[in-house]
Amino acid sequence: MKTYINSGNKDTRSGFGAGLTELGKSNENVVALCADLTGSLKMDEFKANHPERFFQVGIAEANMIGIAAGMTVGGKIPFTGTFANFSTGRVYDQIRQSVAYSGKNVKICASHAGITLGEDGATHQILEDIGLMKMLPGMTVINTCDYNQTKAATLAIAEHKGPVYLRFGRPKVPNFTPENGEFKIGKAVQLTDGNDVTIVATGHLVWEALEAARALNEEGISAEVINIHTIKPLDEDAILKSVEKTGCVVTAEEHNYYGGLGESVARILTQHNPKPQEFVATNDTFGESGTPAQLMDKYGLNSEAIKKAVKTVLNRK
Amino acid sequence: MPNIKALNDLTVQVRRDILRMVHKVNSGHPGGSLGCTEFFVSLYQEIMETKDGFDMDGKDEDIFFLSNGHISPVYYSVLARSGYFEVDELNTFRLIDSRLQGHPTTHEGLPGVRIASGSLGQGMSVAIGAAEAKKLNKDNHLIYSLHGDGELQEGQNWEAIMYAAGNNIDNLIATIDVNGQQIDGATDTVLPLGDLKKKFEAFGWTVVEIEEGNNIEAILNGMSTAKSLTGKDKPVCVLLQTIMGNGVDFMMHTHAWHGKAPNDEQLEIGLAQNPVTLGDY
Repeated sequence: MKTYINSGNKDTRSGFGAGLTELGKSNENVVALCADLTGSLKMDEFKANHPERFFQVGIAEANMIGIAAGMTVGGKIPFTGTFANFSTGRVYDQIRQSVAYSGKNVKICASHAGITLGEDGATHQILEDIGLMKMLPGMTVINTCDYNQTKAATLAIAEHKGPVYLRFGRPKVPNFTPENGEFKIGKAVQLTDGNDVTIVATGHLVWEALEAARALNEEGISAEVINIHTIKPLDEDAILKSVEKTGCVVTAEEHNYYGGLGESVARILTQHNPKPQEFVATNDTFGESGTPAQLMDKYGLNSEAIKKAVKTVLNRK
Repeated sequence: MPNIKALNDLTVQVRRDILRMVHKVNSGHPGGSLGCTEFFVSLYQEIMETKDGFDMDGKDEDIFFLSNGHISPVYYSVLARSGYFEVDELNTFRLIDSRLQGHPTTHEGLPGVRIASGSLGQGMSVAIGAAEAKKLNKDNHLIYSLHGDGELQEGQNWEAIMYAAGNNIDNLIATIDVNGQQIDGATDTVLPLGDLKKKFEAFGWTVVEIEEGNNIEAILNGMSTAKSLTGKDKPVCVLLQTIMGNGVDFMMHTHAWHGKAPNDEQLEIGLAQNPVTLGDY
């Protein structure tokens, strides 16, 4: 089984910051907007390098989204930055009308997504944002798994014309994808080959899926891990091809199972090749305060939970 | 010198367009449209500097954003009669497969429209964004926007108003259609707006008042003043006092025609009060 080396824990938001810094140098049309969370979003370096292209909007997210939409009229490529909760739920109608329906080239970049935001608690831990964003016609939805991939995604979305939701997080997590790796929007990355079960994971759950696959391998269970960084458009072919081989699937995400990646996978399986599926996701609940590790454990979002789901789905084959 | 008679003739023709458009589909918003007819005619015929043709970026020309998208009939009529698309297309207003959606949108690619609007309170932010882009592009042209007075009840406006002053957005002229009416009644009874001039000034804007907002000459004078106040570090607000339903006597001074179409008989009365000038579509 192919193994992956953690080159050292890093936060995905820093990958975004590094990507944005690079874009600042390489693409003069890139502008950045932030709603009073410059440090949290790791946008300081872009701000320092290009003060004229950095727009501090204050604690006014609705206005930020509208300004970003307006800036595209004039050829700018705006990257908005705030927490995932304030990037989506708080400004849903602004994104819907001024960005998505208007077809504007705005990149909505959201940190502190999911439960691993940790101690701030449920007011700040959005577990519904993937659903909100994937329902918008024309919206590309990306949820990256580590620092390197987040940096690569940040660079890639600047080249993509159209609205994008880029979701990343706060905690330091293993960094294992290649440095300066290729990022193709809408293209799944198969991480391991396996015959018994497909594990389709996104975001922070990708490393957990690899950990689960390694442990399962020791028990003689061969798992094929697929890293889905683009939830919409979903790489249906890659998922169907794998499930055709393995005959069952576990989906894993740091999100409510309502509206998440799992439901998207269930839809394509139902349409093309119905097979048993288990969901590793939050169970229609809000989060709470705690350390990221405590919360991932309590809410069933780690390698242990994935292993358990694999055992369950194998019994249903 | 502007030809006032020609502008007034166009105004009357646009009123006919508005009445006929909403009558045909028995839906749409004639009241606010009629109230802003003179403003739109002045804006597109005299005030704005625009290029021939249409491109989304609008570089090297003035740009307009309509925030209160429900007054699409006047917007469409004036866009068509200013050459953005054929006037015959006004026949398709609100019909299936039309570019003239109930509320304006870029989605169907209608020339002249640069943002979707309809859900209220979003246009000021968009206009500010376009103004920031113009500054980055070192383009000295202006951004114009129009907002309903009732629309100012949406909180996003005040985020935008605060931002514009704090960031010296002095290439923006945001006009408020002060007709004092909204769907449920007078703004004073639904949710009083208070003293808008003082509010905008307190937020750091320069305010120009046009008391006769249905008089072409008054609009041209007021907007000329507004233009002269741009480029001085402060955003400019125009408080345009209008009469909802202007030019059709039974629609005037009431919120009743905010979102209601005239019946056959009412249409005839309205058209008789606005005889053909340039020719119907």
